[in-house]
Amino acid sequence: MLEGRMSDTAAGLGIWALPLALIGGALRVSGPYLFVSLGECLTEKSGRINLGQEGTLILGAMTAYGVSYLSGSPWLGVLAAGCAGLVLGALHAWLCSLPRVNDVAVGIALMLFGVGIAFFLGKPLIQPPAPRLSPIELGAWSSIAPVRAALEIHGLLLLGVVAAFVMRFVFRRTRWGLVLRVAGEDADAARALGYDVDRVRLVATAIGGFFAGVGGSFLSLVYPGSWSEGLSSGQGLMAVALVIFARWDPVKCLWTSLLFGGAGALGPALQSIGILGGYNLYATAPYVLTFVIMIATSSARRTFADQPAELTVAR
Amino acid sequence: MTSTRPAAGDGAGRFSASVEAAAVPLLGLAVSFALFGVFVAVAGANVGDVYYQMVRGSFGSWFSFQNTLVRAAPLMLTALCTALPAQVGLVVIGGEGALVLGALASVIAAHALGGANPWVVLFAMAGAGCVVGGAWIAAVGALRTLRGANETISSLLLNYIAIGVFKHVVEGPLRDPASLNKPSTRPIGEANALGAIPGLDVHWGLVYGLIGCLAAYVLMRRSAFGFAAKVIGGNARAAQLGGLAVSKIVIVTCALGGAAAGLAGMAEVAAVHGTANASIIVGYGYTGILVAFLARQHPLAIVPVAVLIGGVGASGGLLQRAEHLPDATVNVLQGILFVVILAIETLRGRLATFLPRARVTSESAPNPAAKAACSKAA
Repeated sequence: MLEGRMSDTAAGLGIWALPLALIGGALRVSGPYLFVSLGECLTEKSGRINLGQEGTLILGAMTAYGVSYLSGSPWLGVLAAGCAGLVLGALHAWLCSLPRVNDVAVGIALMLFGVGIAFFLGKPLIQPPAPRLSPIELGAWSSIAPVRAALEIHGLLLLGVVAAFVMRFVFRRTRWGLVLRVAGEDADAARALGYDVDRVRLVATAIGGFFAGVGGSFLSLVYPGSWSEGLSSGQGLMAVALVIFARWDPVKCLWTSLLFGGAGALGPALQSIGILGGYNLYATAPYVLTFVIMIATSSARRTFADQPAELTVAR
Repeated sequence: MTSTRPAAGDGAGRFSASVEAAAVPLLGLAVSFALFGVFVAVAGANVGDVYYQMVRGSFGSWFSFQNTLVRAAPLMLTALCTALPAQVGLVVIGGEGALVLGALASVIAAHALGGANPWVVLFAMAGAGCVVGGAWIAAVGALRTLRGANETISSLLLNYIAIGVFKHVVEGPLRDPASLNKPSTRPIGEANALGAIPGLDVHWGLVYGLIGCLAAYVLMRRSAFGFAAKVIGGNARAAQLGGLAVSKIVIVTCALGGAAAGLAGMAEVAAVHGTANASIIVGYGYTGILVAFLARQHPLAIVPVAVLIGGVGASGGLLQRAEHLPDATVNVLQGILFVVILAIETLRGRLATFLPRARVTSESAPNPAAKAACSKAA
């Protein structure tokens, strides 16, 4: 519907049509990336990787939609999605704390588990419309529809932006952030200081799951703004690569999310200005971007100085 | 897993170890099905009926068992796409992409050969599927070993890219104008179809799967190459210092895994669909990951596990019709199985029954677990 409205006036905007559609798209598409990457950043700072964020994202999307539908309050849905993510995150942390259980494998398992549960419970939610989050109209001053559409900002996205700066502050300036970083850099040192590393990681992974769950609510309550099994498209895992690119810095996660959002908006944006061929190829843009970035930022010989040393992912 | 415990050389110790190797996953299966029972009970279904329908739909009759085998065939091959790279210590989850592109490549090969002898066409289709699937996963291995790019994430990204390319080609350049509702390529032709195994209603893809698993076993457990791969999987640095061509062995192993998944795609096209369309993309690649982990990455163990998981998939339709459960019920069970089987690993080497002899077990776990053990010990 939105795309239809844009293509009506796209002709009058000339070369501005594509950038406008891209900006608007980026602001909508980047939401899930932002929340999941913040959650993953927090988890990885504690020295553990959670590949299950994909499952958490989808379960969060379903939970948010379901609770919003049943209660009539989308914000309650957001909270419920976060709580669902909290549970999955805690489950991941608990499983990983068992001896001889590998965090990468558990992540893949929880990805399938979360998606399975979400599809199972979400079956009855595909049809009924749930109340969605309403945007803040920053473009109300303009009479041009695409400008207004591009500048629709959602409160949830703003919360994510605030969370990014808060998280960076917590990492850098608080005692808890320091403990978290020690657990991620050198578990033995943390133990020697008297901290329970497993508990630090439990808290970090659970809160990380909360963020990913909220990211899911962005999918079902903001954009695309409905629940279907097609929502699952790998954002949860791309966020893991995104965190590497952002060098484990929450604020850089924000900028990178916007970049990924722009890539994800490329297909719909080109469609909105009338370029329809190769839609399936443009839809792969975020994956290709992630792939290229990952190759470009990897190295066989060294690890990054910013990388938590306990992380096994880039060994 | 007896071979991973050299110090338990005496017969009784070996036997005890292999009993344990089987007992722990079996316990995991039992726990999983119990948890699944609780889940469906909470969802409002009759647990007894659900179990009954699952057995009926998978192994209850000759017809349903053949359906199970048809589903097990691609799973054996896609499981190899995870299990083979696991031998060198990589966690590859790109089977879906290799399968999809293998299917596409085999269709293109069939079209290119037009009216040639069906044997030639089938051979070319299999070759094309293997080459494309193999190259796809070899790229993952190469990026990991030469560039340090995480193989789990890159292989997953490549799944999405492969599916995008597949859809683009099937809905665009190669679309058969006659396929109206479901964009497909032109059919490969009746003459070129991969037939059924004599006496069965199961296509030859099952034999591909069995041969693939057997070959993988021989290569990985009974050859010098497999030994080198195992050394790399244990400690890539030590292998490098020992003079092994680490990068080459990693890339070849990944290529073989990808070739297996590509062959699965070819068999799905040649035996089941007769054309390339979105029906190919049903998640055999993802289920194959589960099969590989359930089989603890052992090539021969993949065969029975693939049949079991194929049976779970086969019973999905009956659960929908008879119990009115959503089709995702199967996904839930698979998820529970995956989580439980990983968690239950923690019991290995700690079950009192298996403890008395030769306690050298804890450091000789298979690769992914060993990775974790090492990182925890470090």
